[in-house]
Amino acid sequence: MTDAALPGARRARSAAAPRMVGLLTVIGALVLAEAAIQGGLVNRFIVPPPSEVIESLSRIMTERHVFDRFLITAGECLVAGVMLTLFGVAGGVLMHRFRLLQQAVETWVASFAAAPLVIMYPLFLVVFGRNALTIIMMGFISGLPPAILKTIEGIAATRKVLINVGKSFNLTGRQQFWKILFPAALPTIFVGVRLGLIFALINIVGTEFLINYGGLGALITDLAERYDLAGTYAAICFVILVSVLFFLALEKIERWLRPVD
Amino acid sequence: MAETGRLRQATAGHPLLSQVALLRIAIVLAVLALWEALAHSGLLYRDVVPSLLSIARAMADLLSQQDYYYNLGVTAGEIGMALLIGGTSGLVVGLVLGGNRFLSKAFEPYLYYLGPTPKIIFLPIAIMWFGVETPSKIALGTFSCFFPVALNVAAGMRQIDRTLIRVGESFRASTLQMVFKIYLPAMRHPIINGVRLGFGFALIGVLLAETRLSNKGVGFMIMQADSTFDMPSMYAMLIVLFVLAIGANALIGRLGGLDTIKRT
Repeated sequence: MTDAALPGARRARSAAAPRMVGLLTVIGALVLAEAAIQGGLVNRFIVPPPSEVIESLSRIMTERHVFDRFLITAGECLVAGVMLTLFGVAGGVLMHRFRLLQQAVETWVASFAAAPLVIMYPLFLVVFGRNALTIIMMGFISGLPPAILKTIEGIAATRKVLINVGKSFNLTGRQQFWKILFPAALPTIFVGVRLGLIFALINIVGTEFLINYGGLGALITDLAERYDLAGTYAAICFVILVSVLFFLALEKIERWLRPVD
Repeated sequence: MAETGRLRQATAGHPLLSQVALLRIAIVLAVLALWEALAHSGLLYRDVVPSLLSIARAMADLLSQQDYYYNLGVTAGEIGMALLIGGTSGLVVGLVLGGNRFLSKAFEPYLYYLGPTPKIIFLPIAIMWFGVETPSKIALGTFSCFFPVALNVAAGMRQIDRTLIRVGESFRASTLQMVFKIYLPAMRHPIINGVRLGFGFALIGVLLAETRLSNKGVGFMIMQADSTFDMPSMYAMLIVLFVLAIGANALIGRLGGLDTIKRT
């Protein structure tokens, strides 16, 4: 090993140490929980032993068709994501284009972002019925405000020098938008789409759980109603895993889109 | 020409209603007109889109019901407790993680990635642990509220100006004095922002838990209206709920001075 490589290796070791401590703490907590449940300190009919939960993971994968359910939830997320991207970006562009409209409704959109939109699911059940459309619409409306707001923010933050370059090339309004404004705003727009997708996923899984229809959310209701405790915990772990992977993937794409500072 | 135009505009003074206000009124009127037309069009099942008059009547009826205020009080109490427990624990965890780089690297990623997961899926666990009554709703609200508060406080703690910390140290302030005299005042905005987010998540957690399994609270009342197909009442409850939620959110922000932050 060269001398130059040493500080890097040391830095990597020092970065890995806290991560190891974190991981070991989680494992330690699981081992403690297992011991407490097996020793009868904690009622196993309320908290199943972690070993049973891990065993149940493979059982629910095969018996409860988790992969198919995952595809249903992913499909709903995809449709809601496409819708919120199209309507969110178009709405943001429209509001940027017509300043008066932006001044009139931007605060309304921001207020909507603070409203508990997911509580509208009983209303959506009546309007759209107990089907995938209700779930998709719940995801769509909850993800729309951040997509609109971030699009406005992204376009408004385009550097003056870039706009002036466009003007000096005598670009038309359409060219100015597609060649200058939109590419410059894309990273910020994606932040909005990413936030929108996260809200959409949360609401889609939440609505599936509440109306007991569709993919992963409905699986938890299904297992909980059968009092399959280990299965319920395993399904919750699976949903958390999917959410985290989804979140990580979006972060990766966002980093890829962000220009190097 | 342009100059005279500008002059004329200046001397004309402010109109009674600005263009923005006029546009807002026009949008609201257009939406209401569209709604009323849809209600009478027969395109949707009867009462799915009730007339504005019946919604107004339902709202007046709702606001004069003592039962509604009792249920509103139950929900407000559950949210308050959730905010208190989740907010306090989030504040403590945030302070610890924000003040210690090692602990932050070890445990903050778990909070960061668990934060955006749908918390309602933990309801079966909350019911198993705390029963079907109020405590399970508070538990879900607490769990929902904890993450945004902890993450905001931890991030805020790292952004504190080092000079302020050095000032505290040079005065030989104790840990408690440092927390109350330096850290907390310097982190006012991130904390209030975290509480505001936490309030929103606690509200959603409590309401959804009430809609799923409960015999009191606003969520329960909404489900009652749903099961009896009393659509005007459901719309009225949703409108009141949205107004209260948005108002409370704005109030927390204003009390915390978030509206005074200069945007760059």
